[in-house]
Amino acid sequence: MRLIDVAQFATGSLRGSPMRTLLMMLAMSIGVAAVVVLTALGEGARRYVVDQFSSLGTNLVIVLPGRTETAGIGPGLMSGQTPRDITLDDAEALLRSRAVKLIAPLTVGSATLSRNALNREVVVLGSTSDLLEVRHMSLGLGKFLPAGDIREGASVCVLGNQMKRELFGNEQAVGQWVRLGDRRFRVIGVLASQGESMGMRTDELVIIPVASAHQLFNTTGLFRVLIEAQSRDTIAQAVRDAEAIMLQRHSGEKDVTVITQDAILATFDRILTALTMAVGGIAAISLVVAGVLIMNVMLIAVAQRVKEIGLLKALGAPGKQIRGLFFAEAALLSGIGSVAGLGLGYAGSFIIGQIYPSLPVSPPWWAVVAACATALGTGILFSVWPARRAAQLDPVTALAGK
Amino acid sequence: MIELDQVGRSFKVGDQEVAALRNINLKIAAGDYVSIMGPSGSGKSTLLNLIGLLDRPSSGIYRLDGGNVTDLNDVQQAKVRSEKIGFVFQSFHLVPRLTAAMNIELPLILAGIPPAERKSRVTQLLENYGLTDRADHRPDQLSGGQRQRVAIARATSMHPAVLLADEPTGNLDQATGKEVLMLLEQLVAQKVALIVVTHDPAIGGRAMRQLNMVDGQIISETGRSS
Repeated sequence: MRLIDVAQFATGSLRGSPMRTLLMMLAMSIGVAAVVVLTALGEGARRYVVDQFSSLGTNLVIVLPGRTETAGIGPGLMSGQTPRDITLDDAEALLRSRAVKLIAPLTVGSATLSRNALNREVVVLGSTSDLLEVRHMSLGLGKFLPAGDIREGASVCVLGNQMKRELFGNEQAVGQWVRLGDRRFRVIGVLASQGESMGMRTDELVIIPVASAHQLFNTTGLFRVLIEAQSRDTIAQAVRDAEAIMLQRHSGEKDVTVITQDAILATFDRILTALTMAVGGIAAISLVVAGVLIMNVMLIAVAQRVKEIGLLKALGAPGKQIRGLFFAEAALLSGIGSVAGLGLGYAGSFIIGQIYPSLPVSPPWWAVVAACATALGTGILFSVWPARRAAQLDPVTALAGK
Repeated sequence: MIELDQVGRSFKVGDQEVAALRNINLKIAAGDYVSIMGPSGSGKSTLLNLIGLLDRPSSGIYRLDGGNVTDLNDVQQAKVRSEKIGFVFQSFHLVPRLTAAMNIELPLILAGIPPAERKSRVTQLLENYGLTDRADHRPDQLSGGQRQRVAIARATSMHPAVLLADEPTGNLDQATGKEVLMLLEQLVAQKVALIVVTHDPAIGGRAMRQLNMVDGQIISETGRSS
């Protein structure tokens, strides 16, 4: 029997009982659609987190003072020393590495911001002009911190969007003076509204040159040094270089921690991918249920078509051919079912994407492939028994319809 | 061509063996027209199923076209059925969802014959049996006589050497029945061995050889010629 004839015959018998066929396809397509939609949601969540991370900057390496060592006690602690600060000189020294593109030293503190009678407690970020690029911030008005010697503490500041509104309302802010702690600063720029990104509200920040912040808070240490590596491939090199430079500058003592954004991101990525797979797996159970349904209905179909099977045998069809015909039916059913399910799933994902525009909902390719393969697999697997039953029917009793 | 040698067939009913056929010796040549008559339960249908390779003898040897077909496996049996044997049933056994033409085409599809040849054979058969204008009708849109004509066309589509008819006129009125019988008898002239099972002496009497069966045995054979 030719393959195309098998397909035609199977199509014919599926069309012979349209209601049954429709219901089975519905079961199959719901299963496939469930897998597609749920994995799309999981993948959407993963990509949302990844996007959030990359909005913090790309190829970021972060140097923080102190060392979190879980094994044993560092020699510094034994001799009663506290971890050494990271100084501006340390930060500048990091630029010696060829893998480092930009650095942005960070000092954080809080101070009272006031203008005339209005005042407010704010988070003050001391940094340099490169912070804008390293942290992917965007400026709304005016200019960012001036480039130049990072030890020069100019009395200028950049306001977060909300700070500007609270202090100035609709008035012009750039060029005006504000008081921060006991010093006066001139507003040279306003950040664009960025909303919240990973727990840090840039809208409520005030950014001043790092040297000014050191004077304001009377410190010399840095909270963090952000490093942007030249490229993704040089991140590892940048980490090694940063560690070596800091080791050398801190007289052979490992008292800083260097982490990469990639490492954090990879962890989130793994967790969320596992979650997506788990959710997809749960959805795949509905595919197995659909498979059982197909088996059930196929068994009924065999019983209903006993006479036809007997006739096919009398006309010269061997058992394996009859088995093939039933397999073809199951394959067609689950094939069309999964295509319909894909359509349904993509439509569902699209609708969810419309409702939650911030979630980049799109089913991962592996889930789509897996869903279709599972649908076809269960469809055929669960038709093995009914098809065998049909193939093994005794032609004489089958023809008699018994 | 058909040669049954001491063939027996017994069924297990409970823990008892019941013999449906005993010591059947029968030779049928190409172009023979044989009727098998007898009361119900005499084993005539069992004999027909055995000859049609739908069943296997419990004892004895069955030769078809000189080859021993007693112990063929499922696939081999199906091949012999497809190539050498045609069936005509009392209740027609047409596939209800297929048109007349598609029902006739069915054995050709199962045998894997190329579509072009299938089409020409089906067209020819439809014409031979006066069904050309009924080609696209489904069985429920056909009369009893037309249905049986479709069944005969289907049975002959693979040019079988043996045509087995089990009460071919049982569901038809007398006039239509006679018409169908005449169509079957035409095949005898083409050297097809025609075996008709019936309990109606008027129909059985038309055959050249008439076998009478009682209790699984052929008790007598009468014939006009042999």
